[in-house]
Amino acid sequence: MGAAFLTLLKRDLTLAMRRQSDWLNPLVFFVIVVSLFPLGIGPDGSLLSEIAPGVIWVAALLATLLALDGLFRDDFDDGSIEQLLLSPQPLPVLVLAKILTHWLVSGLPLVLLSPLLALLLQLKLQALPALLGSLVLGTLSLSLIGAIGAALTVGLRRGGVLLPLLVLPLFIPVLIFGSSSVAAAAAGFETSAQMSLLGGLFFLALALAPWAAAAALRISAES
Amino acid sequence: MTEVLLQAKDLTVSRGELTLFERKSFSINAGMLFQLQGDNGSGKTTLLRAMCTLIPLDEGELWWRGDSLPAARDRYFSEMCFAGHADGLKGDLTALENLTSTLTEHTATASECTEALDKTGFTGRADLPCRVLSAGQRRRVVLARVLLSKAALWVLDEPLTALDASGRELVGKLIEGQVRAGGSVVYSTHQPLDVSDYPVQTLALSD
Repeated sequence: MGAAFLTLLKRDLTLAMRRQSDWLNPLVFFVIVVSLFPLGIGPDGSLLSEIAPGVIWVAALLATLLALDGLFRDDFDDGSIEQLLLSPQPLPVLVLAKILTHWLVSGLPLVLLSPLLALLLQLKLQALPALLGSLVLGTLSLSLIGAIGAALTVGLRRGGVLLPLLVLPLFIPVLIFGSSSVAAAAAGFETSAQMSLLGGLFFLALALAPWAAAAALRISAES
Repeated sequence: MTEVLLQAKDLTVSRGELTLFERKSFSINAGMLFQLQGDNGSGKTTLLRAMCTLIPLDEGELWWRGDSLPAARDRYFSEMCFAGHADGLKGDLTALENLTSTLTEHTATASECTEALDKTGFTGRADLPCRVLSAGQRRRVVLARVLLSKAALWVLDEPLTALDASGRELVGKLIEGQVRAGGSVVYSTHQPLDVSDYPVQTLALSD
């Protein structure tokens, strides 16, 4: 089971490295959205630093959403989803490997680049640990939750706008606690409450999402 | 008495109003060569996919070695191998990388994979990404995957598509080797399959 997990992880990471757009697109989108705000709002430092947590978090959420459709799309189109479904290995474990690859490719680069964008928006330095922590937990949860929607819509010819409609309501708690933890840290308050809630959401998603996405994939493949 | 691998009783699958096939019963024994016959659109692919539990049955039941499916799915999947219309090869990976990343019970080593590719007459460059290979070459990579699975039951949907004369002969040989070794093969095809004089069971699907 562990070997299959690693085999799939290695295969998908190799594929992502050969198709640079997989990980570059969400990252570039994230940078563009965040860097447009100072241009649009003006160089008012206090206003920018006030909206910085929300802007970075909303941009991270949208960038995750952008990459989400591709999670199972290629596998579905070339038929490797059938090989995945017919594997003797437990499907939720394989789905978890795909979700983890997705996060490593689209989520982790966002998190690593976020301090730079935080400086651009003049976010207070004391909020950086909260920003990084909340983005790690948050983007992991978003990838897990989003996988359910991606699995449900992968069989549709034009699932385009349906996927955001399905998963956005589930993304909102993550967004609220994520941005409020950064805002609290910037204002000099304790963030353990928000972090605990984000951690709780992450573990809940980790416990449920692979199973739900696996069941959704089986349904999508019935067509 | 020969061992029954897959048993099907009264399989019925429909799409909306259209019934694709009704009350099909058959059993596939060890060493059996089982061919699905029927015109285009008669439901061969659907029946093959239903046998793999990829499509839910409207009615009927399937057993693998006496255990009801899909409950016994894990045991079934560890002993069967399916090659469908979509080849499931990753275009950006080489033939060898595609084979070593197959999610079977045991992951095949690179030398086993090269050996299997040789057996299927794969003459393409093993270091080229699969997307630049011809359809026939990709078919041979899929055949190598089937060989590597060491499965008791092969389910092959149109295994002869895109293959040249030597390729078709080779598929016949490989299939014959599988059934003579006690395995079973279920396949659909429109072209004659060369398996010398091995007996072929057939199931006809019609509109």
